[in-house]
Amino acid sequence: MSNTAASNRLESEALTSKERGQWEMVLRRFFRHRAAVVSMVVFVIVVLFAYVGPFLWTWDYKIHSEIPSWASPSMDHPFGTDKAGRDMLGAMMQATKQSLNVALVVAVGSTVIGALYGAIAGFYRGWVDSILMRFLDIMFVIPFLVITGALAGAIDTSVRWYHMAIILAIFGWTSIARAVRAEVLSLREKEFIEAARSAGGSDWHIIVKHLIPNTMSVIIVSATLQIAFAILSETTLSFLGLGIQSPDTSLGLLIDAAGASAFNEHWYLFYIPGVMIILIALTINFIGDGLRDAMDPRQAMVRR
Amino acid sequence: MVVFIIRRTLMMIPVLLGATILCFVLVDVSNDPVQDRVFEIEQSTGEPVPQTTIDALEASWYYDRSVPERYWIWLTGFGDTNDDIGLIQGLWGPSIEGTAMPIGDEISSRFWITLRLVLFATIASIGIAILAGVVSAVKQYSRTDYTLTFLGFLFLAMPIFWLGSLFKEGAVQLNKILGSTIFQTYGSGTTGFQGNGWQVFTDSLPFLIVPTLVLMLGGYAAISRYQRASMLEVMNSDYVRLARAKGVRNATVMRRHALRTALVPVATFAPLALSGAMGGAMVTESIFGWRGLGVYSLDAINAGDTFAVMAYVLISGIVVLIGVLISDILYGVLDPRIRFE
Repeated sequence: MSNTAASNRLESEALTSKERGQWEMVLRRFFRHRAAVVSMVVFVIVVLFAYVGPFLWTWDYKIHSEIPSWASPSMDHPFGTDKAGRDMLGAMMQATKQSLNVALVVAVGSTVIGALYGAIAGFYRGWVDSILMRFLDIMFVIPFLVITGALAGAIDTSVRWYHMAIILAIFGWTSIARAVRAEVLSLREKEFIEAARSAGGSDWHIIVKHLIPNTMSVIIVSATLQIAFAILSETTLSFLGLGIQSPDTSLGLLIDAAGASAFNEHWYLFYIPGVMIILIALTINFIGDGLRDAMDPRQAMVRR
Repeated sequence: MVVFIIRRTLMMIPVLLGATILCFVLVDVSNDPVQDRVFEIEQSTGEPVPQTTIDALEASWYYDRSVPERYWIWLTGFGDTNDDIGLIQGLWGPSIEGTAMPIGDEISSRFWITLRLVLFATIASIGIAILAGVVSAVKQYSRTDYTLTFLGFLFLAMPIFWLGSLFKEGAVQLNKILGSTIFQTYGSGTTGFQGNGWQVFTDSLPFLIVPTLVLMLGGYAAISRYQRASMLEVMNSDYVRLARAKGVRNATVMRRHALRTALVPVATFAPLALSGAMGGAMVTESIFGWRGLGVYSLDAINAGDTFAVMAYVLISGIVVLIGVLISDILYGVLDPRIRFE
């Protein structure tokens, strides 16, 4: 009798509420986070600007003799032109594209390295863990800008964006490794890992198929924040002359080239690339924040 | 406590050794200053460089040895040397800039310039982070909270080099308007480190203000986010509610009960702030024309001067590790449950 009552209740519930999958929940929570959604839209616009923009706009990032030098923003050149006669809108598109290229490759590369490293350290514990963690300490002590700058500066041919991406990914994964390790340390004691092991799963199988998928929320958030980190590092190195070099361009190079023009008539050369960097890093940080809240409500930075 | 500090200091040695080995190999393998110099000489004289000159260059920079041997000599100075190398003997090795700029002299004159900036900036950024975090937490979801949170995100997203250039030009404009030189925007001081401490301080203050402000704003945001979160967590905890229920005044609850506990997680971020400021110092020094360590390391990187880069790596490593040690000690001071054993 009670059995039928229970099934009746289940049926009536099925009428009013639909079962929601984990990702659906995540998406719903994410879309409630207003700043994150706005940021997402802005970021997509920036990406379109960088990758689709060059096909729509007349000028590319190179110097052309038809372009007047130091023209203020106008209909012909919305972002003005620089001294050498480059259309700054075209240059901005190329620069944003290169910076985003670096950032996305760094985000993927360093996340893969960091997640595997952290999962291995946390899974094996013991001496493997201590050696891997001592190595992380060593990486922490090495000054990031110096080592990446030294490697980028040593490339003989002109530095391209993928050089920067590889160098930054090789040295930028440590924070992800720490986060994933902390998560794996508690996960490895759970029953489902024990079950996987008793079913005969190899260590590698457990790490890749069971541990890493369960740390996905940490990994996705870290990977997102890694984009902001990579943009800031790449532009800083380019600004210092240790990154992407002309004739190619980068947001850092454009600001370096603008020099001391923040308050004179060529202000647009300085502010536009700067605002673009801030816009990318800011929106990425908001998206990461929203994802963190959406994926793991326990870990939310206390909001609402 | 003393035993704890000594043991932690000894534990730094393998970390520093590992870091220097890694850096040495990477920097050394990726550069060939001998070849660069030979190319330079060929360019200027237009003639091929005799082998004897190349051999002399290699010998004077120890490039006639293998990489492991070079590292060993750099570290210890044991073996066949020109008496200018060997870290444990206090010798930093030859700079490829020649004997006119020995690495040891350059570093000792530049070290205090950079350390002063980095320390001021770190302390200022931690201070402002605590302030902003606590105010945000106490006035949660108010307009102040949202403004401070947004500002934090903004500064987190702002590259230091852009902020530095902006503030530098801004200070120049302010000086023009005010017709004064309150803010010095080029160099680190007029006299160097002459006179007593106070004179050095007053002389360098106008030079320090803007770069310190830039580094501070570049570093405070991340810490203030964590300060806010930990403060909120503490304020919602039972013992704070109990203190309130007992009738303790609000200010006392905040100061004695809440803030002290909320500071513990933030102590973890002190070394991060320090290493961030060391990196940021490279940028601010090059923008504001300081002759500090950061600029020195940049020049060394550009010249492929391995021993000079290594000197910077070592010093910045030691500074960061001391920061870690201090934060561990702070942990114990703030949280009595943690004992140094």
